[in-house]
Amino acid sequence: MSLLRIENLTIRTGGQALVKDMSLVIEPGARVGLIGESGSGKSLTALAAIGLLPPGLKPEGSILLDGVQVIGAPEEKLKALRGRTAAFVFQEPLTALDPLMKIGRQVAEPIARRHRRDGRSAGRQEIVAEVRHYLERVALPDIDRIMNAYPFQISGGQRQRVAIAMALACRPKLLIADEPTTALDVTTQAEILELLSTLVREEGMALLFISHDLPVVAKVAEEVTVLRRGQVVEQGPVRSVFGSPQHEYTKMLVDAAAAFDRALGAQQ
Amino acid sequence: MTDLVDLQAPAPARRTPRSLTLSVGLVLVGLHLFVALLTLFWTPYDPTAMTGGRLEPPSWAHWAGTDRLGRDLFTQIMIGSRIALTVGAGAVAIAAAIGVTLGVLAAFATRTLDDVLAATFDILIAFPTLLLAMLVVAATDTASLFSAILALGIAISAIVARLTRILAKRVLAMDYITAARTAGSSWPSIVFRHVLPNIWPTLSVNFALQFGIAIIAEASLSYLGLGAPPPNASWGRLLQEAQGTVYTAPFGAVAPGIALVSLVIGMNLLADGLRDVGDPTRRRSR
Amino acid sequence: MTLISVDSVAFGYSRKEPVLHDVSFTVKKGVNLGLVGESGSGKSTILKLLLGLERPSSGVIRFEGQPMNLNDREFMRRYRRAVQAVFQDPYSSLDPRQKVEAIIAEPLRALKIPGDHRAAIEQALADVGLPVDAISRYPHEFSGGQRQRIALARAIVARPQLVLADEAVSALDLSTRIRIVDLLKDLSKAITILLVSHDLGVVAALCEEIIILEKGRIVEAGRTEDILARPQHPYTRKLLASVPRMPA
Repeated sequence: MSLLRIENLTIRTGGQALVKDMSLVIEPGARVGLIGESGSGKSLTALAAIGLLPPGLKPEGSILLDGVQVIGAPEEKLKALRGRTAAFVFQEPLTALDPLMKIGRQVAEPIARRHRRDGRSAGRQEIVAEVRHYLERVALPDIDRIMNAYPFQISGGQRQRVAIAMALACRPKLLIADEPTTALDVTTQAEILELLSTLVREEGMALLFISHDLPVVAKVAEEVTVLRRGQVVEQGPVRSVFGSPQHEYTKMLVDAAAAFDRALGAQQ
Repeated sequence: MTDLVDLQAPAPARRTPRSLTLSVGLVLVGLHLFVALLTLFWTPYDPTAMTGGRLEPPSWAHWAGTDRLGRDLFTQIMIGSRIALTVGAGAVAIAAAIGVTLGVLAAFATRTLDDVLAATFDILIAFPTLLLAMLVVAATDTASLFSAILALGIAISAIVARLTRILAKRVLAMDYITAARTAGSSWPSIVFRHVLPNIWPTLSVNFALQFGIAIIAEASLSYLGLGAPPPNASWGRLLQEAQGTVYTAPFGAVAPGIALVSLVIGMNLLADGLRDVGDPTRRRSR
Repeated sequence: MTLISVDSVAFGYSRKEPVLHDVSFTVKKGVNLGLVGESGSGKSTILKLLLGLERPSSGVIRFEGQPMNLNDREFMRRYRRAVQAVFQDPYSSLDPRQKVEAIIAEPLRALKIPGDHRAAIEQALADVGLPVDAISRYPHEFSGGQRQRIALARAIVARPQLVLADEAVSALDLSTRIRIVDLLKDLSKAITILLVSHDLGVVAALCEEIIILEKGRIVEAGRTEDILARPQHPYTRKLLASVPRMPA
């Protein structure tokens, strides 16, 4: 059974359709990229997948997350899905973390929640040990200091690692990352992408990676869907979509990315 | 070389949308304005002449009845419009002149000076407007329309200054200010061409609100006997005079009350309507 | 011909936290220069110094051989006539309450440039690929890419010699980005461009020379193609290795 099956998703606000007739399938363990520029509806699609659309936006169609229909599902059902089935990593690490809570406590929250859901009660020692475990998994240095630090006391790259740790701590089957590296420096971006790829592989998770940056998507995804103004324009394996794009729009994007790539000279 | 794909901009601006609050506000305020201007040339009766019996209820001869000396109440209320509008406009003008100047200066001030100014504004705001106005009236030692306007203007200027300071600071942080400096514009030029026009929409709404507050404050001052003395027919004074006979001749209080309330509500609606309509970026078809 | 020379410039907002250490380079006429660095590299600070918005703590910036003096009004007028800027955020770099005509006219007015302002504005609009009827419209009626074009028109209307572009395409979509870069390439036939950016691909597409900045110091500088082909400094190598590439 597919992990995420979106069929004919349309998202309307007022009279306008922000996403039109969108379809996407993610199998367990698959790494899928969603490419689009601003206004393409890529973030909305991701939010719709876990039932987190802002009020006023009405989704139509079918979204099956691990076999459960998300559209129209009551909040309790969605809560059960979030975290366990799908976890989210957002673009802006500064706002994704609670500025008034120490890192250790923030990472402990999803862990405690997961234990409660599983029906176990975990002692404080156990939770702290798990927090350390996840912070280690995301290759954060100096874990003791970071656990006791507030978000503003650590760098953007480190914050994003914490956000990924929190998502991992949910032990999700699907990790949804919405432009997770766009706000980061180039060198930090490379490290985070590497981390994501490794973790996804080791944990056997599926990945939905959303970005406007073609080479970045090429690094982490095997399949890719190109969105334009809410509609799917092209879908397929990364190599073929980037290597021989069929649609005008895809061609235009690939050409633009290739132009900048060429300027960088031969790859070393 | 024009870029066709690039030119798919959002649809161009639509005409100013009709705002109901603005319309109603304009009508109410306009009515008072008309009446006020009219009194410069004509009133139904001489306000000081005793043209009717004492405390008569409204009739065709005297639309709002008469006061305890037999003077036509409607005439006095009409003149009250003129007083109220003068006070409102005068107080707001003074508050704007002082407040905007100080606020803009504070926005440019260095850290310590800015902290001092901000604290000063906040302390002044903490004083009740009426108390502050009474202090100023006492200081000038004469009760007159002008001293009331001055007092209110000074009292309100602190709020204007604080608002201006925050709005101006926000604007000064924008890239278009840096761009203006790079283009060679001087700071005064930047203040007049960029800062003031951008803070005006919010400020003008605030001015409309302060207008209403000033009118009520002046009515309060006159009610307490601290406003302009007779024959200036402030609504506040009319209310104070009607106080003693409010059970036997209620219209003496109701009529000025209606006038006061209608003007203040009108100004508040005007303020809301202005906010809906004032900004070029809001005139967008969505 | 050297337009600007930066000699051993250092800068810090406070004595304890220097942002720039001993930075030296020259901007040559006709040679587009890229300033590449990540956050904390000091590239934005260099821009502020070059725009005359701050004074160096030590060192000298020279324009046409003369040391930059922010208090000399005549000097600054000449300087600003020769050096203009475009900023990163198209949504905050245009005054929302001004029509496009007034926005573009500002340098002409402020620097008291003689001649037919209207004609200059229309020419600038044509140079950036915008229709003439844009002059009576407001910024909010335009898209991000178009706003950057308006900002560019404002920058070039006074016919400067150098335009400083501060991450001028970073906030734009890929499709718009490539078009603005092409426009900048076009404009650099007449104007020299100094591009500050974290995006090596954009810089490589536009600039003949590059300076790599790390933590307030220049770690490598030279011709773009040389540095890309044979990066010497470890940081440069790390930077190059980090840039995601299109699949071959």
